Amino acid sequence: MPFRLEARGQNSVLWSWLSPVIAILATLIVSTALFAAMGKPAGDALYTFVVAPASSLNGLAELGVKAAPLVLIGVGLAIGFRANVWNIGAEGQLILGAIVGGGIGLAAGDREGFWILPAMILGGAVGGALWAAIPALLKTHFNASEILTSLMLNYVAQLLLIYLVVGPWKDPEGYGFPQTRLFGDAATMPILISGTRVHLGVLAALIAVALGWLLHAKTLLGFQLRVLGQAPRAAAYAGFSGAGLTWFALLLGGALAGLAGIFEAAGPIGQLTPSISPGYGFTAIIVAFLGRLNPVGVLLGGIVLALSYLGGEQAQIALGLPKAITGIYQGVLLFFLLAADLLVGYRIRLVKRVPAGGAA
Amino acid sequence: MQMKRRTFAKGLMAGAGLVAAPRLITSARAADPFKAAWIYVGPVGDFGWSYQHDVGRKAVEAALGDQVKTTYVESVPEGADAERVLRDLATAGNKIIFATSFGFWQPALKVAKQFPDVKFEHATGYKRADNLATYNIRFYEGRYIQGVIAGKMSKSGIVGYIGSVPIPEVIMGMNAFLAGMRTIRPDAKIKMVMINAWYDPGKEADAAKALIDQGADIVAQHTDSPAPLQTAHDRGIKGFGQASDMIKFAPDSQLTSSIDHWDDYYVTRVKAAMDGSWKSGDVWDGLKSGMLKMAPYTNMPDDVKALAEKTEAGIKSGEIMIFIGPMKAQDGTVKIAEGQMLDDGAIAKMDWLAEGVEGQLPK
Repeated sequence: MPFRLEARGQNSVLWSWLSPVIAILATLIVSTALFAAMGKPAGDALYTFVVAPASSLNGLAELGVKAAPLVLIGVGLAIGFRANVWNIGAEGQLILGAIVGGGIGLAAGDREGFWILPAMILGGAVGGALWAAIPALLKTHFNASEILTSLMLNYVAQLLLIYLVVGPWKDPEGYGFPQTRLFGDAATMPILISGTRVHLGVLAALIAVALGWLLHAKTLLGFQLRVLGQAPRAAAYAGFSGAGLTWFALLLGGALAGLAGIFEAAGPIGQLTPSISPGYGFTAIIVAFLGRLNPVGVLLGGIVLALSYLGGEQAQIALGLPKAITGIYQGVLLFFLLAADLLVGYRIRLVKRVPAGGAA
Repeated sequence: MQMKRRTFAKGLMAGAGLVAAPRLITSARAADPFKAAWIYVGPVGDFGWSYQHDVGRKAVEAALGDQVKTTYVESVPEGADAERVLRDLATAGNKIIFATSFGFWQPALKVAKQFPDVKFEHATGYKRADNLATYNIRFYEGRYIQGVIAGKMSKSGIVGYIGSVPIPEVIMGMNAFLAGMRTIRPDAKIKMVMINAWYDPGKEADAAKALIDQGADIVAQHTDSPAPLQTAHDRGIKGFGQASDMIKFAPDSQLTSSIDHWDDYYVTRVKAAMDGSWKSGDVWDGLKSGMLKMAPYTNMPDDVKALAEKTEAGIKSGEIMIFIGPMKAQDGTVKIAEGQMLDDGAIAKMDWLAEGVEGQLPK
């Protein structure tokens, strides 16, 4: 073997930023080959997939709308993952945010009032945080793995949502279909750029990135969370409260996911239905890792993932490629990201071949 | 309210006058085909609901050749994404767009407003606009025939029924099935499970197994994959396919299957959009017009087959009415009195399960 992997001893900052770039480049090369193999002109296909979706104001707006929930959730998850708090329940927390915030909006009905939207948004954050409080409690009091408890609560949340929209909250004029009434005007997220669907949630995602970065890079709390993740015993010796930090990470992640839920429900959707989220809570896990568990990186990761969805649709519309191409694209991207991540902790050394005779 | 397909045919003939002629010539140019698009809630490979709509799309291509260019987008989630996909399709120059799942109603309504020159069609919905029509199939007619067959074929008198979501369409199908079965066996029962999804082969198969373990010896389904039928096949009992002919998934088990036949409807509507005779409205047709077809009656004795064919003919001729009294709900309240029958409005809003169905609807 002329090459050898050598531990760096310390993670390379340079490579932790280069690795996603390499992964994206490698994905572009492989997907180009893939398009070519499917008989589509590679340049056209790549343009359709990567450039076309973002080449108009409306396209950019849609990119923001699609990325917003991913980024909001991703920021919260990234901060938690840094602290070794593995919240896999963002999907459920998103749903609870939509239920609590949406419940307030439905109760408001057609009433007017400046307080309705703030109350819904607050309700969304509280709903998500309360749902995340369950795994936090089970973790800190019973040492139950938050991975399992938060994951399973996703299903409970989904069933609760279905119960509400086919049961007590069902639209009485909806022919028995599983949906609530539409939110009133005062309970609908304002559009920030007229003619597009850019709503308050897109702005909220950007604010979350900024605040997340401040917390992560500039505060003692952010430092404590990182120490807890990298060296739990050192954190304990330093007198940081592991339980307190776990609570904080889960509540923060839950609140942000809940916000994403209410922004979706009262934004582009406009009512509660059984399908508020096409799996944003799970996709955001990928986004968090794609963004190196750094809030600014999460913003970029969210945009890349959102682009892959929009590009997948464009590829179907313009080129007649199947939907599976989106999944393949995302899979290839993750594959290369994980592979390139090796270079963060290791360097590749060229080993000089030692002649068979050995000693001189 | 219901527009009959004959009306379209008339409109089509009328449209073939002088006014439409120059437009037809332009659209016949190969460089300028008429663009039509579909969005599906599932993958085209589900072999059920979305697959069957795609069969309809291909029929349009076959019938109109290079006069049309069709496009589809599959697995579109029923949420914030559908609106974008519909708008992108309209922007891409499609002149008629079919949204083939109930959850697309609101996006279709919104985008229809933004593109008044584009015709939209929404399957299984009830919200219409000047450029948004709705269409659906009377699936319950096929369920009734399935019930009659089940009444003859079942030994235990218990049918395992895998439902998707508790909407009127699923509920009326279940009640129609039981009504058909009780014409043969007044003691027949349905054990049902709602899996809260339209396409989830894993859950569908699990539900089928659970129902068979509870004594069901016939499996019926209102979900989109062949998984329940395959489970029945593996357990050596009989079942019914859904949406398409699923005989190749269960050659020894499928008794029949209600086949959604969108082909003619799609061809008619695309043609109407091309010649300018397209009008908004609501179509709800079944066996009689051929929008619903039954797969060959297989794996049953000849007398059962004859009875099934007689039932099918009876529904077509209007001799057999499905929702006629007396019919009671689960709690014993009379829902259709002796000698009464339900009108389409009441059928379309059905929210009660018939006596003999075991399992609760969410309240």
